[in-house]
Amino acid sequence: MTDDISTLRRILRDTRTIAVVGLSAEWHRPSYFAAKYMQQHGYRILPVNPRYDEVLGERCYASLREIEVPVDMVDVFRRSADVLPIAEQAVAIGARCLWQQIGVVNREAAELARAAGLDVVMDRCVKIEHARLFGGLHWAGVNTRVISAKRPV
Amino acid sequence: MADHSFQPETLAIHAGQIPDVATGARALPIYQTTSFVFDSADHAASLFNLQTFGNVYSRLSNPTVAALEERVAALEGGRAALASASGMAAEAMALLSLLQQGDHVVAAGALYGGSVSMLAVNLRKLGIETSFVDVNAPDAFAAAMRPNTRAVFAESLGNPSLAVLDIAAVAEVARAHGVPLIVDNTVPSPFLCNPIRFGADIVVHSATKYLAGHGTTLGGVIVESGKFPWDNGKFPGMTEPSAGYHGVRFLETFGDFAFTMRARMETLRVYGAALSPMSAWQILQGVETLHVRMERHCRNALAVAQFLRADPRVSWVNYPGLPDHPQHALVARQMRVVDDAPGASGLLAFGVKSRTADAAGGLAAGVKFIEAAQFMSHLANIGDTRTLIIHPASTTHRQLDDAQQRAAGVLPDMVRISVGIEHIDDILWDIDQALAAASA
Repeated sequence: MTDDISTLRRILRDTRTIAVVGLSAEWHRPSYFAAKYMQQHGYRILPVNPRYDEVLGERCYASLREIEVPVDMVDVFRRSADVLPIAEQAVAIGARCLWQQIGVVNREAAELARAAGLDVVMDRCVKIEHARLFGGLHWAGVNTRVISAKRPV
Repeated sequence: MADHSFQPETLAIHAGQIPDVATGARALPIYQTTSFVFDSADHAASLFNLQTFGNVYSRLSNPTVAALEERVAALEGGRAALASASGMAAEAMALLSLLQQGDHVVAAGALYGGSVSMLAVNLRKLGIETSFVDVNAPDAFAAAMRPNTRAVFAESLGNPSLAVLDIAAVAEVARAHGVPLIVDNTVPSPFLCNPIRFGADIVVHSATKYLAGHGTTLGGVIVESGKFPWDNGKFPGMTEPSAGYHGVRFLETFGDFAFTMRARMETLRVYGAALSPMSAWQILQGVETLHVRMERHCRNALAVAQFLRADPRVSWVNYPGLPDHPQHALVARQMRVVDDAPGASGLLAFGVKSRTADAAGGLAAGVKFIEAAQFMSHLANIGDTRTLIIHPASTTHRQLDDAQQRAAGVLPDMVRISVGIEHIDDILWDIDQALAAASA
């Protein structure tokens, strides 16, 4: 499981498109917080939720398989028990990273994705990790564990 | 590559501060500004909605203050921290973030006087009641728990009692009742003791003391472990939409640093006891040498305790670092080793022997000792580089009668020393000549 700073940095640097599975359109929900943050930091958000037509100004897809553009990361805001089929679809559409959000832990899904060559992150928030490693979270007084004598790039 | 785990000596210098993004400045810049511009209306909205991290106004957050916050969080092994204008402000914000009218606190009895006042007088006025219990009896903490208890509060090393809290035992009591244990860790500093390692949920500091070390600047810090189960049903303010901040659900939104965010956005934002950037910078100058100073404080204090123990002009010595101190085993379990002995910090208390064994004789001897000191400073602070002395019976506790003083752990002949980092021979010389004057 990816847990170290250098790999998380690489994943977040290489990613351009993020399919957010289970994205809510309600502004105060954590999935909306995270997706809006990532969108503001230059990532293209591809919402996946059969309940909506559009979220954050982007067309909302009913499933990963419907997305027509290349997906770099599949970011999962669903119950742990529901992740396995999402992991299978992530592999099928050629995603490069399966990211299970804080509180989402499905080891079988993680193993499946890793065996297929995907980077796998579990039980972490993509927004918090981005803010931790590329600035921002530090201003909230959080222990980022970043120790460095280099300017962040 | 797995992340390297850094030692406290390195964290004291580096944690929370990488070279400045804008300028490359290696030392920490002082961001002496009240406010920060928004890039756009949308950026402003995202900041106010807490959807993106950033600075709005220095009452809420400030980059210089953030460096202190992250550094103390790292030194304590915590998840996040919030700085405040003083140690008392840190304690008040930790408690006010957790408690409301009708709640109850279980607190150690031998606390710093300011903490006793806050709990017994100020919070009581708000309808929050506190039961004070024997700090040495974890069972007493358990016995004092009520259905409406929402916090347990104690000091890791008492000031001025020097009582040692069995953190793991009291944390277990708090955990069994589903409430957080808040530990004031000012006297050991995070270099000598990390209460979170032993199960504490929230740590508070007066950064004015050892963290700063120079006796120039007031400040306080709250640290959160990130491990408390706020969704256990007792803390709806953490799980339900916030009336104090746009209906945000803090736990759901911020996870393991939700308490710090709530303390920042609901409590600090409204009560306003923010730390100034200049003060944060000054405190951080001290933190960079915390580990070097604490080792010297411990070494000097143990030497002073041993000197006093062997001196016939001294009637008693209380220093948890002495091997025959009743709580020495606990000190050994909880405190970092310095020179092959548990580091018990720089505070000790002793009695000046008087010609007459009564209270008046003890009082007079204590006063004489204080007045005869040459470079040991007679003042009410602790944790300075300088050696500080005070005679509580004639100063901080003088408004109490003899019986009340004894109940507060203050004896007529008691002198408290905050042993500094001057040369030990000079400290012992000043003590020796002051004892000579006191017993003349």
